[in-house]
Amino acid sequence: MRVSKAILSVKGVSKRFGGLVAVSNLSFDVAEHEMVGIIGPNGSGKTTMMNMISGVFKPTEGRISLRGQLISDLPAQIISRSGVGRTFQLVRLLPGLTVLENVIAGAVYGHRRRWGSDAEGFAHDMLERVGIDAMSYSPISSLTYIDQKRVELARTLAGEPEVLLLDEWLAGLNPTELATGIKLIHALRDEGITVVLVEHVMDAIRSLCDRCVVISSGAKIAEGAPDEVLSDSEVIRAYLGDDDA
Amino acid sequence: MKRSNWQELIWAAVITILAAFWPMLANGYWLGIGVDVMMYVALATSWVLFSGPTHYISLASAAFFGVGGFIVGTGMSDYGTSFWSMLALSAVVGAILAALIGLATLRLSGVYFVIFTLGLAEMIRNLVSWVQNNFLGSRGLYVLTDFSDEHLFWMLLVTSCSIYLVGWIISRSRLGFAMRIIGGNETVARHVGINTSMAKVILFTTTGLFGAIVGAIIAPRWSYIEPNQVFSPQLSFFVVIMALLGGSGRLWGPVVGVIPFLLIWNWVDANFPNQSILVLGLAFLLIVYALPNGFVGRIEDLHNKMKRHS
Repeated sequence: MRVSKAILSVKGVSKRFGGLVAVSNLSFDVAEHEMVGIIGPNGSGKTTMMNMISGVFKPTEGRISLRGQLISDLPAQIISRSGVGRTFQLVRLLPGLTVLENVIAGAVYGHRRRWGSDAEGFAHDMLERVGIDAMSYSPISSLTYIDQKRVELARTLAGEPEVLLLDEWLAGLNPTELATGIKLIHALRDEGITVVLVEHVMDAIRSLCDRCVVISSGAKIAEGAPDEVLSDSEVIRAYLGDDDA
Repeated sequence: MKRSNWQELIWAAVITILAAFWPMLANGYWLGIGVDVMMYVALATSWVLFSGPTHYISLASAAFFGVGGFIVGTGMSDYGTSFWSMLALSAVVGAILAALIGLATLRLSGVYFVIFTLGLAEMIRNLVSWVQNNFLGSRGLYVLTDFSDEHLFWMLLVTSCSIYLVGWIISRSRLGFAMRIIGGNETVARHVGINTSMAKVILFTTTGLFGAIVGAIIAPRWSYIEPNQVFSPQLSFFVVIMALLGGSGRLWGPVVGVIPFLLIWNWVDANFPNQSILVLGLAFLLIVYALPNGFVGRIEDLHNKMKRHS
């Protein structure tokens, strides 16, 4: 598949932690308005890949670029300001702040640099978008798990990212919450945000992703439409072992 | 640290005006207590600027304070310079020192940061002693000025007000909000676009600048200065205890911590001089068991309860 206008491009990226190779020579492109899933067994390097895109780590080798601009040597705050937003595998909220303040935090230091009533209004809009504006003034400790995930997503959206990285955003949700979650991500996609998601929930991958990149032991083993890659014998082997392939 | 509002600023102005009359009402012992109170209000408030929102417990107060006192001492005693020029130099050196410490400790957090700042303050004390003994001749320095306690009191009052005002402005700015986010989670702070290193160094530099100014102002009170006195690690612990006792969640927290602590300390020190350090321990226990958010936290709890009842 020839991807026109790649917004995010990962080229030959490797990450070594001492002797451990977490990601090895990984390359893929993400086109504008596309939704790409990164899947693979536990410990295959998916989150490490996300961390390198968002700037938590720098790649040992290779380049990551956003709209042709190299971002892999920039610090996380600059990457964030240039339009990459993310959520974390384990939800990270600011416990001393209210729900609204948590979301305002996302709006203040982004490229729009909103402040005061502008930031506040925008944060309310984002909370409404994820469906929890009614809880704006609640303390973080009173929220359920899915609501915490919603606050984190609202905070990320408040930064008005062009590329949104969702690291297992649907993990740990019960079936009803999962349906709500998938609907929410669908809505983002319809608004034209480019999304890269790491996910284990196969139903979600099938219904959301245009394309999947499958990683095993840090290396790419398949890439293509979800149904296609999920029936690939090497992918099945990576997930289930030799006997089931 | 929460965002400060106009109401707080008006209260602060009223209290400042009332405090300015203290030297006319009190003299001798009580004026001396007033100078102590003002000195610690200034130090603890400047400590709260950085450590309040970030929860980084700094034990470097004595380093900045000592540098201020020592520069005034060296300048006036050995080089015959004026107090005011040395005061200005102290502020500059204190700020540079704090910026360097800030840069060196960027990657440290939790207990490592605490120990590192304490170690650094001790290192500076020993370094200054060593330089003083080996190169500058005398061990002690004489600071002789015409300032009396009331002048020092007013100078410290002005310093405290400046610190409060700076803190008030910061707490309402993007920088202040950034510090609260950093205190909550630094990874999140970076990912919402905050230059965390820059924010932390700016705030720590402010703390160092004011610490050195306070040290410089207090120097004339002692007349005779030697490094172990101005760099006393006890001062760093006092600042932390008083700030936490008052509550580091609000800019005015230290004020309500300093006054009761110093009154009790002075009373115990006068009557049971060997037991005075006990006050420090008891204050610490009180903070841990009864006042995790200081007096400020208690006052705000009561305020919220009253609001709910009415």
